[in-house]
Amino acid sequence: MSEPVPSEHVSGFALDPMHQFKVTSLIKIPFGTINADFTNASLWMVIGVVFVLVVMLAGPRKLVPGRLQSVAEMAYEFVANMLRDTVGDAGRPFFPFIFTLFAFIMAMNLQAMLPGSFAVTSHVIVTFALALVVFVGATVVGFVKHGARYLRLFVPSGVPIVLLPMLAVIEVISYFTRPISLSIRLFANMMAGHTMLKVFGGFVVGLGLLAGWVPLAVTVAVFALEVLVAFLQAYVFCVLACIYLNDAIHMHDH
Amino acid sequence: MDVEAAKLIGAGLVSFALGGAGVGIGIVFGHYLSGALRNPAAAQGQFPNLLLGFALAEATGLFGLVLGLIILFVF
Repeated sequence: MSEPVPSEHVSGFALDPMHQFKVTSLIKIPFGTINADFTNASLWMVIGVVFVLVVMLAGPRKLVPGRLQSVAEMAYEFVANMLRDTVGDAGRPFFPFIFTLFAFIMAMNLQAMLPGSFAVTSHVIVTFALALVVFVGATVVGFVKHGARYLRLFVPSGVPIVLLPMLAVIEVISYFTRPISLSIRLFANMMAGHTMLKVFGGFVVGLGLLAGWVPLAVTVAVFALEVLVAFLQAYVFCVLACIYLNDAIHMHDH
Repeated sequence: MDVEAAKLIGAGLVSFALGGAGVGIGIVFGHYLSGALRNPAAAQGQFPNLLLGFALAEATGLFGLVLGLIILFVF
């Protein structure tokens, strides 16, 4: 695969399944040698954040909630329960962070399901930045809470002394692969889903009126699955963030 | 062997990762179902864990996809 296949265009739409992930700059921002342009990714991030703010802040707060307020309250309850179940009461100070994380990833994942929009979370740099914030944040919390004793996280207790060096190495490796697995999970799920949708969309165009309805039906089913995955991955990302936070706050209870 | 051909073979071999993901998802749902049939009252409480297990198992297959893309387009 030395050269990318030139994308075929059918009435203005690209058939190449990877074309949808292309970042194009909309407004050029000169910033030294660094490319700080306002891209379509930035645009959809802004749209997502505005959408979340509208849902969370719009309208007067009533005792009997309206539709928008119900959504906001459900989101709040959902994240609060998740945090309470995994971290317990000690996790309460971190609720704003986890909620922001959940709202951002959820908004990005769901708006990416709109045709013609841009899937921000299908870029590994975005998810890796989020995962790195979680990882560094949890590590800092651990060291602030426990000091140097936090390093005991890498030394499992109740293990024969012969096995200890090997297990410590494994623990260290598994600790440092956390941000990688966290980011790749979200990015790969989103990218695979959108690529699959585009591939089946290409089949619809290719087969035409005669047999095109078969891949169309598959596309509808995959679309439903992808909406589920969009929610599920936001949930999994936040649950894992909570678990890492729990490790940092309580360490392993062993 | 030609490097190009080796790359394509490697990218094809990566699809074996999906087998593991399929087995994993099957185990997750199968065990949930058998547990839920034994004790339906406790099933609802474990639903979030079911989804978590499903997502974690599915991700391993997608790691394979990422490996395939790296083999094809990075080297």
